[in-house]
Amino acid sequence: MSLDKDTVRKIAFLARIRVPAEALDGLSGELSNIIGWVEQLNEVDTKGVEPMTSVADMDWPRRDDEITDGDRATDILANATDPEPGPGGGDGGFFTVPKVVE
Amino acid sequence: MTALTELSLAEAGQGLEASDFTAEELTRACIEALEGGRDLNAFITETPDIAVDRAKASDARRADGKAAGSMDGIPIAVKDLFCTEGVLTTAGSHILDGFTPAYESTVSANLKDSGAVMLGKTNLDEFAMGSANVTSYYGPVKNPWKGPGGKDMVPGGSSGGSAAAVAGGLCPGAIGTDTGGSIRQPASFTGIVGMKPTYGRCSRWGIVAFASSLDQAGPLTRTVEDAAIMLGAMAGHDAKDSTSAPIDVADFSAGLKEGVKGMKVGIPEEYTLDGMPAEIEALWQQGMDWLKGQGAECIDVSLPHTKYALPAYYIVAPAEASSNLARYDGVRYGLRVEGETLDDMYMATRALGFGDEVRRRVLIGTYVLSAGYYDAYYRQAQKVRTLIARDFREAFEQVDVLLTPTAPSAAFAIGDKMDDPVAMYLNDVFTVPASMAGLPAISVPAGLDGDGLPLGLHLIAKPFDEVTLFRSASALEEAAGFDARPPSPKGGAS
Repeated sequence: MSLDKDTVRKIAFLARIRVPAEALDGLSGELSNIIGWVEQLNEVDTKGVEPMTSVADMDWPRRDDEITDGDRATDILANATDPEPGPGGGDGGFFTVPKVVE
Repeated sequence: MTALTELSLAEAGQGLEASDFTAEELTRACIEALEGGRDLNAFITETPDIAVDRAKASDARRADGKAAGSMDGIPIAVKDLFCTEGVLTTAGSHILDGFTPAYESTVSANLKDSGAVMLGKTNLDEFAMGSANVTSYYGPVKNPWKGPGGKDMVPGGSSGGSAAAVAGGLCPGAIGTDTGGSIRQPASFTGIVGMKPTYGRCSRWGIVAFASSLDQAGPLTRTVEDAAIMLGAMAGHDAKDSTSAPIDVADFSAGLKEGVKGMKVGIPEEYTLDGMPAEIEALWQQGMDWLKGQGAECIDVSLPHTKYALPAYYIVAPAEASSNLARYDGVRYGLRVEGETLDDMYMATRALGFGDEVRRRVLIGTYVLSAGYYDAYYRQAQKVRTLIARDFREAFEQVDVLLTPTAPSAAFAIGDKMDDPVAMYLNDVFTVPASMAGLPAISVPAGLDGDGLPLGLHLIAKPFDEVTLFRSASALEEAAGFDARPPSPKGGAS
């Protein structure tokens, strides 16, 4: 199957990556080549085969449902662009984003 | 005395133990080598101050009789995909501009606890997506080995900086990550040992995620023994990674001297490719003869779904990547490109922040997971993956390990294969199947091609049977006697 320009535009929006209009043609060709190549998988008879859901064949341990981390607001905000600090520069700050509610 | 930077990790450990030199002297020798080797572009961030501090602390421990073990005081390089507390972590991407983690990945923390000394963070393909280390935002890494006419060659990828640093004599060991061959293929291209453990052996906690069902950390070193020592310090169960195996760390060095007498070595017939260079075919045959010469038995086996491993990988890995990379949105860390609306901001940030190869894979992943295509692509690929794992399981009913070439070629020139993504993907044709099945595998340097560039041979073992993997790799290493070294990065032969 080939990915036409409209499909590329649609998946680029789903992936939230802006693709300039002039790049759509090239990308459509590249992605179609890759998809065309992976489609050889259709030759494989997978009737009755379960899809792999775990790489290793073992029972993974589950940890107790307890809080093991937290109270690190300052650490979490440390790498943000333009964060709003909490009172006195301590906890209680927040990330900032463009307005989402009119 | 041999220059300190020429010592293997095991030799360096013995020298520290015998007080022939201090960890600080060893570390300063590596820092000097790093500075002399900057033309390789192997490091994104050098951390000499951290290194000297940790080396001094190691010397102090040793003076107190409290050395932690064979890694204590050993300088190592860390792929810049491992989060390191207080040290810039980029994943080779523009989108992580300025990101300084407040925490340490489990694997790098384990190494730190074992006394290892971090020299810096090594360059890599952006988000570990690539086979030539040419997709890094921080520029390509040069292979210390030169091509015909002194041409600059790729070191392989994605752990290209780690491989170049070890091969170029900047440090005795480095950690990398391997999703489809990202430790083993660069090891082959640079003439060193590169090992990917069983999926679950090393914690993935704190490693920037690419494809979570495939990613594994592993060592890059100059000898098999060094890889076994280093893995011992990296591995172990970690409650913070739900896919970390609750299995005790074995003494990975246990079988190194045992040889391969009576061992059954499988030769998968499907690993013979049309158009494979004759010298790789010949080296593979040589590898069989070496192991037979030491008493192993080579047995032909069949892994019928081998040819489908690479295309299945190029559905599964991009699908997981598109999901993992959704977190890079400009809100909480890294690059932000302002926009009128939240969507504008996301789209502009991700357009500028991701390079071409990452964008390509995120788009492929988004497509194969999108409504109406999920069954046709992703589900079919996961079924094929079940068949690939079954092939291996059946083969391992007959044999102890499998022997194959590591890569279908030696290193190529920087700039080659750039315009054809699928040609680039084929670099990993021999390494991807073991990744898809979560198996441990290792590349051992075995010979040189006609241009004098290194070639590796690849061994694959059963899940969690790293001891047998290292044992067979050690025998192969001894028989190959590979002792060629690249020219010194400072010029002249080393």
